[in-house]
Amino acid sequence: MSALRVETSEELESLEDFRRRARSFIRGNLRQVTPEELRWERNSNDDEAELATVARDREIQRMLFDADLAGICFPRAYGGQGLTHEHQKVLNEEFAGYEYPLRVQIPTLSPCAAVILEFGTEEQKLRHLPAILKGEELWMQFLSEPSGGSDVAGALTTAVRDGEQWILNGSKVWTSGAWWSDWGLCLARTNWDQPKHRGLTVFMLPIHQPNVEVHRIEMNNGSREFCQEFMTDVIVPDADRVGAVDEGWTVGTRWMFHERMLYNSSFVTEPVGLSHGSQDAKIVYDIARASGILDDATARDHIGEARMLELVVNQLAERVGEGIRSGRMSDQAAGLVRLFKGTSVSRIVTLAFDNAGPSGAAWEAGETAAMSGINFLMRQAGSIGGGTTEMARNVISERVLGMPRERRLDKDVPFREVPRSRPTST
Amino acid sequence: MLLNLTEDQEFFRETTDRFLTEQVAPDALRQLRDDPIGYDPTYWRRGAELGWTSLLVSEEHGGGTISDSGLADAGLVAYEFGRHAAPGPLSVVNVVAAALSQHNAAPDVLAGLLSGERIATWCAPPFGSTRWEPTVAAVASGTDLVLDGEARIVESAGRADDLLVTCNDGDGVTQLLVPATTPGISVAPMLTVDLTRRFDTVNFDGATVPASAVIGTAGDARADVHRQFELLIALLNAESVGAMQAAFDMTVEWAFDRYSFGRPLASYQALKHRFADMFMWLQSSHATSDAAIAAVAAGDPDSAELVSAAKAYIGEYGAELVQDCTQMHGGIGVTFEHNLHLFLRRVTVNRALAGTPEDHHQRLAAFIDAREGTAA
Repeated sequence: MSALRVETSEELESLEDFRRRARSFIRGNLRQVTPEELRWERNSNDDEAELATVARDREIQRMLFDADLAGICFPRAYGGQGLTHEHQKVLNEEFAGYEYPLRVQIPTLSPCAAVILEFGTEEQKLRHLPAILKGEELWMQFLSEPSGGSDVAGALTTAVRDGEQWILNGSKVWTSGAWWSDWGLCLARTNWDQPKHRGLTVFMLPIHQPNVEVHRIEMNNGSREFCQEFMTDVIVPDADRVGAVDEGWTVGTRWMFHERMLYNSSFVTEPVGLSHGSQDAKIVYDIARASGILDDATARDHIGEARMLELVVNQLAERVGEGIRSGRMSDQAAGLVRLFKGTSVSRIVTLAFDNAGPSGAAWEAGETAAMSGINFLMRQAGSIGGGTTEMARNVISERVLGMPRERRLDKDVPFREVPRSRPTST
Repeated sequence: MLLNLTEDQEFFRETTDRFLTEQVAPDALRQLRDDPIGYDPTYWRRGAELGWTSLLVSEEHGGGTISDSGLADAGLVAYEFGRHAAPGPLSVVNVVAAALSQHNAAPDVLAGLLSGERIATWCAPPFGSTRWEPTVAAVASGTDLVLDGEARIVESAGRADDLLVTCNDGDGVTQLLVPATTPGISVAPMLTVDLTRRFDTVNFDGATVPASAVIGTAGDARADVHRQFELLIALLNAESVGAMQAAFDMTVEWAFDRYSFGRPLASYQALKHRFADMFMWLQSSHATSDAAIAAVAAGDPDSAELVSAAKAYIGEYGAELVQDCTQMHGGIGVTFEHNLHLFLRRVTVNRALAGTPEDHHQRLAAFIDAREGTAA
């Protein structure tokens, strides 16, 4: 343990001291990168390059761990720093313009590590959280299923108890980067005779094992980032169960919360000013510039609207984060940020596509407007992944504004009796 | 409005809220429809006693703040003005008071603004999508200045004792504080959307004022005008957010109370989803208004950009929200009898003043030009 670390939990390191320490480490050890170099989205289809980046991310995470800069808001007992959201914000500021371990953040640190921290046994936390913070374990969410969509509690993946272990069968989907990740946090059905939300249990399992088959999915833009897993008789020791048997939805509710909070999470590092590529106002501007229409009033209107949206989404995330932390807003208010993010990203992608004009349809390699048409194909992804914007609207109207819940056919009946497809005529 | 107010701020906000609830209930507002001034001078004086005009004025000039940010405090008053669709030239009086205090000028006028005895307004240049230029010329004549030209859409000029006039003096921008009774100045009322706010054209036809009327530095007032626009827009935004909040709260209540086809409106998913969008616009408007206020108060280098983002967003989604509230109400929502239009008027006027959403989009693009070194 380095001498820089404060020794009592009552005596938090001051933000100024923390900033100085973070700055000196980052500038002394990490590489400066251009905004374009660091992209939230994973555009590269070069597997070797992708693996090299993953390896570098693990390496940086280990360096951060050794410098007492990993897991700012994780307790020190599990390898974190036991500091505050304000410290995390300082770290985000100091990382601006520098390489950072992107692939360790989401979903490894949150929701996965956040869920383990909240629901894991002492043994599980000691085993996994330090390993995560050292960059040794990258995690995926085994949550969505091909049959489920937004209805994640309708999971069909089944876990059957066999003494001190469980046997899992089923399929999970939309895990980004499962092919280079280590562990999955898996929601499975353990009781078909209970109503939907009362027969679920959460497990942890290594992804790379003979009984888990990882398929890569090609998206309409050519990306092969997402995966689908097929689990056949996967054995999970009962010691790797997270939370109580059949009470997986207690875990799941918080899991969803962490997922909706990702835009303002205390567990995730996101350098200030990070380029989000096709989701940035800057690309709307760059395309107009390259097309020679920077003086066109319509093009400028698009640029300004995009800039407005990207500023306001952050301001909203700040407000909602503050509201939830201070107890003035319910956890469910996180849906507001999710909804804004989804709708605004769709809009910005459209603005970029329109500024590209005919170059949105056909382009030469290397053009600034290249991909704006392809990005337009994937426009709705931001309103689908992580729970659709429709789900967010349900959550906001029902759970925040208190409006009547939708009528449900899957409540208070055993899950095995819930209709799962169009009835076949006999 | 800020999520976490200090105790003093909360007390201050509540005091204004209570006062407005008593003094300017919706029926009282309807009665002011044809009033030439749009408010009762006693009401304004009592509001000034509550501190409405003192928050952007330094303590040495008789002002003072509630928290460590006078603009955040003034934003609370503006927010309550919006929530009550309250009458009175709140934003322009505060802008002029701030300018006089900043330049240590016209102590008698400033004292009158603080006590609520006097009203001053700002003959501002029209706010364009890329730049603004004064429409009033000031030409030197001996030691005097002679003003010619016209300022349009000047709030409460018909009631104002003093006018802060932004002029072009041939060398640059000069601001003058001029008594409204100066020979050569004529004020003509305009028609407007709002029930209680009043706007006028102010004509200058050889109005002669002494050089001592200059506020700030003659020929070098551009930065002052920028600052005034930032303050004005910050207050208009806060007011619009208050009006959005009032309209939204009223419409949520309605959705629970109103039954159609045997169910409350609030039970229809098609409507619930629209309420979710409206609530997101409302919370985003709170957030962006507060962020702009904080940046202006702190003098941050990006304050103008944040002000434009907030004005564009609140201009667009403030009006969308209240129009959607109107839609949710059905026919009753477009009647004079219903209170909803009081708030619709407020966001409508504020959307059009000091730059439309499209104007501010253009401005936001210009901030990127500046960063990229590609001034268009």
